[in-house]
Amino acid sequence: MSVPKAPATMGRLTAHLHRRARWRWPEIVFWLAVLAAILAAPSRAAIINEVLIAGLFALSLDLILGLTGIVSLGHAAFLGLGAYAAAILASKGFADPTLGLVFGAAVAALVGLATAPLLLRGADLTRLMVTLGVSLMLGELANRNGWLTGGTDGLNFSIGRVLGLFPIGFTGQRNAALYSFAVLFIMFAVARRLAQSPFGLALAAIRENRLRAGALGIATSRRIVAIYTVSAAYAGAAGALLAQTTQIVSLDLFDFHRSADVMLMLIIGGAGYLYGGLIGAAAFIVLRDVISSATPEYWEFWIGLALVVLVLAGRERIREAPRRLIALFAPRAARRGVA
Amino acid sequence: MNAPALEARGLKRNFGALIATDDVSFEIAPGARQALIGPNGAGKTTLINLLTGVIKPTAGQVFIEGRDVTVLSSSARVRMGLSRTFQINQLFPDLTPAESLGLAISERNGSGADFWRVAGTRPAIVAEIEDLLTRFGLEADLDQPTRKLPYGKQRLLEIALALATRPRVLLLDEPAAGVPEEERQDILAALAALPSDVAILLIEHDMDLVFNFANRISVLVAGRLLTEGAPEEIAADERVRAVYLGEDAHG
Repeated sequence: MSVPKAPATMGRLTAHLHRRARWRWPEIVFWLAVLAAILAAPSRAAIINEVLIAGLFALSLDLILGLTGIVSLGHAAFLGLGAYAAAILASKGFADPTLGLVFGAAVAALVGLATAPLLLRGADLTRLMVTLGVSLMLGELANRNGWLTGGTDGLNFSIGRVLGLFPIGFTGQRNAALYSFAVLFIMFAVARRLAQSPFGLALAAIRENRLRAGALGIATSRRIVAIYTVSAAYAGAAGALLAQTTQIVSLDLFDFHRSADVMLMLIIGGAGYLYGGLIGAAAFIVLRDVISSATPEYWEFWIGLALVVLVLAGRERIREAPRRLIALFAPRAARRGVA
Repeated sequence: MNAPALEARGLKRNFGALIATDDVSFEIAPGARQALIGPNGAGKTTLINLLTGVIKPTAGQVFIEGRDVTVLSSSARVRMGLSRTFQINQLFPDLTPAESLGLAISERNGSGADFWRVAGTRPAIVAEIEDLLTRFGLEADLDQPTRKLPYGKQRLLEIALALATRPRVLLLDEPAAGVPEEERQDILAALAALPSDVAILLIEHDMDLVFNFANRISVLVAGRLLTEGAPEEIAADERVRAVYLGEDAHG
């Protein structure tokens, strides 16, 4: 169909389209550093585990908010569902962690699929309210059905060994962190692949301009339902991990503050490039730990301040600052870098 | 004879008491170069929205190549061969032209839902992106975010994107609107080079452009089709002069 053209254009085009496909060294360093932290600081395994799970949760929000531009203020619904599904399964005697993980993700995905159509109409405010409403309803259902969920007492249960080999939980904090790490890494790699596929590109198109995305023949509603279901599965997996590694679930998993916190984490780390949720989760939890040990009552003040500064100053500008400094002192080098 | 590329039959649309489109019937032949003109408020935008399925008609039907698409969504109509550009750019500011075009092409050939393949690994799609970039003079900017492109280039991308869906009918909504004079020639050249087998309906205020481009002109006034005909007939029509050309210095 097309005659051979100047190969220069073709080469640039291919390089451009593939530019994000290969794992770059900062990414590899990032993952090795996380792994090293688990191995080097076994006494901190519990908090690292918490960060990893929060990171997975924030990643799940990034799939809909960062990639697709769909806001949610009720993502804790899926965290809670995944956690309770895994916990109930374990309490019935099916204690294998992998099974519970898959079950938790699947239950959350089903509810995600069922509620996704509610997000197709209306604007952001509608979506915020709908997602919030769904999470409130699910929390109340968990509260009312104490025969299944343990109600306000929550559920205690014991969990099997990962792959039948590695004990997790209070006796195996480091194993628990390694387990969470493995799950996070695999699910991250899948999300990364997804984001670079034509499907992921279509999600970006929906985020950037839903009207035009539809005008190109993209079935925008079906794409939104699909990614919302995937996102719910990710949040469900995070919930299952949380339940399994702490061996307790309680109603606060459905709480509004969980939904708000995960949004904060993602905003702090930056939405849309997948690492933001992980970085944000680490920053959020470490900050909380450091500040709350210094001033236990006021740590939220400092988180709030950080958030206001971040949003007003603009992350773009903060990220650009070093480059602009360089440009100030070496204008020619900077210009060459751009060209 | 072949079915018209696009046909409207008795299209009607009310907004409350306001009749925005009133019993409009017309046909666009395969490969036609047709223009739709009319003064501001004539209902051109409503008519486009009815044809493309953005809004549903109160009464009447729309056919693409003889098939009734009245109940289909706008994205389904795109897949059946009806594509459009927008008067105000509707692009993807953070995506590059290469990504935007690749998106439209893979959507068209059914690989748009591939979730496990890195975009840009199908040689046929990459070759087609390259072809479109070259035809619209966008190859230098292929890896720039769309928002950084000059306005004229964005207008060209607007048309290239619509063409990437391989339409049978293309609705061009004021393609030259707001383009500075020095970039205007690029738009005109791009319009002249559109594939001859694609039927085109040009919605335009610029009479020079309309009379240069179209071999058939439809005149819409107050939601109704006033008349249709060859450019010279329209130019000579007293009623058209009265309602439209009379107000416009270009006439």
